[in-house]
Amino acid sequence: MPFRPDPTFYPSPRMAMDAPRERLAYVAAPDANAVLGRPNPLRDGLATVDLDPRSPTYSQIIALAEVPNFGDELHHSGWNACSAALCPYAPHPHVERRYLMLPALRSSRIYVFDTKLDPRRPKLVRTIEAEEIASRAGYSRPHTLHCGPDGIYVSALGNPAGEGPGGIFVLDCESFDVLGRWEIDRGPQYLHYDFWWHLGHDTLISSEWGTPKMIEDGVVPELLLGKKYGHRLHVWDLRRRKHVQALDIGDEHQMALELRPAHDPTKAWGFMGVVISVADLSASVWLWYREGERWAIKKVITIPAEPASADLLPPLLKGFGAVPPLVTDINLSLDDKYLYVSCWGTGELRQYDVSNPHEPKHVGSVHIGGIARRTPHPRSGGPLTGAPQMVEVSRDGKRIYFTSGLYTTWDEQFYPDGLKGWMVKVDVKEGGGISLDPDFFVDFGPRRAHQVRLEGGDASSDSFCYP
Amino acid sequence: MTSIWPWITLAALGAYHGLSPGMGWLFAVALGLQEKSGKAVLRALVPIAIGHAASVGLAVGLLAAGKASIPTGILPWITGGVLVAFGIFKLVRPRHPRWVGMRVSARDLVVWSFLMATAHGAGLMLLPVFVLGEDNPAPCHGPSCHDAAGISLSSPGGYLAAISLHTLAMLAVSAIVALIVYYKVGLAMLRRAWFDLDRVWAGALILAGVIGLLL
Repeated sequence: MPFRPDPTFYPSPRMAMDAPRERLAYVAAPDANAVLGRPNPLRDGLATVDLDPRSPTYSQIIALAEVPNFGDELHHSGWNACSAALCPYAPHPHVERRYLMLPALRSSRIYVFDTKLDPRRPKLVRTIEAEEIASRAGYSRPHTLHCGPDGIYVSALGNPAGEGPGGIFVLDCESFDVLGRWEIDRGPQYLHYDFWWHLGHDTLISSEWGTPKMIEDGVVPELLLGKKYGHRLHVWDLRRRKHVQALDIGDEHQMALELRPAHDPTKAWGFMGVVISVADLSASVWLWYREGERWAIKKVITIPAEPASADLLPPLLKGFGAVPPLVTDINLSLDDKYLYVSCWGTGELRQYDVSNPHEPKHVGSVHIGGIARRTPHPRSGGPLTGAPQMVEVSRDGKRIYFTSGLYTTWDEQFYPDGLKGWMVKVDVKEGGGISLDPDFFVDFGPRRAHQVRLEGGDASSDSFCYP
Repeated sequence: MTSIWPWITLAALGAYHGLSPGMGWLFAVALGLQEKSGKAVLRALVPIAIGHAASVGLAVGLLAAGKASIPTGILPWITGGVLVAFGIFKLVRPRHPRWVGMRVSARDLVVWSFLMATAHGAGLMLLPVFVLGEDNPAPCHGPSCHDAAGISLSSPGGYLAAISLHTLAMLAVSAIVALIVYYKVGLAMLRRAWFDLDRVWAGALILAGVIGLLL
């Protein structure tokens, strides 16, 4: 155990921006065959991608650590500890950012990888079984994980039977024991997806997707057109673990997913990505903000659907004659200045200047893949399936990495002739504007690629208690 | 034997507790940064000091109760043993009270500080001073000093004076560190200068216990 704080912990997001450049990325690489019951199933893996431009193996997968089971569906990941360990009310700065935790969205296991022994080859050291999560917390289908000031918080989509309510449970940051359900009073909250917090305001925010039964076999058109997927944002008292307020954005907006609160703990606002409007197939980004003692929410970005000929569209969309943008992930740079928006339908990554969060300005775009466009990458050797999905921003805000896959059963619906697993890099210009790095294209072979975690931390891995 | 050393030791331990980020100065700085106000830093420190004093007072109260009920020769062994055991426990299981919350009232800060000081054994660390120094009245010089001012460390007035002295030293050092960090140095120093005081602290508990046992 070191005598000084882990050097990857920073008191404030501003200081974290001066961190050294990342050299490695850890990417969840799920296999679709195992989930879909097809021939040649593989085990899911955690891929290490070399990001050091001076290295001979730059932009290649240098290791793939397989998990021991089939059909887990590795998805998101998070660290056992991060800058939140420096929070003043429960400081424990001498734990290490060492273990990468990967919740498996289908099997409900949580795999714990040690990245310290050999950072290039993480080693599986512990598996938290679904039964432990179910018996201690009553939850199942763990999804997103954040290292908090007093433990590891994990969101879960539902209960072991595949129904709601979804919620949050807490793990001990050293023993990884499941400490139990987080909520004391969940109020009207039932559906669950993402969560994060405003540590300076003792406020937790959560969003809504659907119960496991509503999503595991793919998007259910009847539920979507019946407006049954989530469309609310929930505000919680982080200290008292109580529901405070539900903000409904209207049920024509379906699937309120990724939450990106301002990194600066004094700021009380953040962005939520919404996948689709059943009124016009558009996608949107919403701003929540504090107004006096209450919280408010409003739409600040609308991205319209793109018309497309029916023969380019999957069965699900043929009748509409258009490609929905499908905003499935967003990410905010550590200086709270640029918001990145993944349009997984139309194959576009957008950059918005959110210096004034109430009026985002669209300042950059990159096209790659897409349901109808299939825009190639200079190194992809032809049209690409898949599109910008999980997006990650380097701590200095200069590089963006993103991958192509959403969720195996959904991938099949939107890209029925097969979705290629890949990861690319985008360079950010000083003062705004983005461009695809023509030399960086990581082919995941038979596997798909989901969330990217950068060595030492990134723009969605850490929370800060100081401005 | 009359000596000023027990009193100096109590003040020095107060300064040491004040230096520790976990005892409150860091929380005060964070609250100041959150409210963008240097005054908020100082405002937070007073309830933090009160909570600290309450925790130390609890330990001293237990000692006084022990003195009244346990044979004199055994008490130093008990306090020394408890300190060493607690220090080893802190080394093996360096845990903190689970606390989440930045939006705190003055009362919250008193409770928080009491919990942190108690969990760290801040009061326990002082007990050998009381055990060893009970025959040492507070130093008193000059013609204005009348007899009663020579307070014995084992009297109620002595306890109160000792806790006040310790707490004032803790408050003064906390305030100095918090203001320097808030106005001058900035929090980047945390990354370099934040040594694992918890282990030093555990060592100090064990040392205090051993001194109590040997002397």
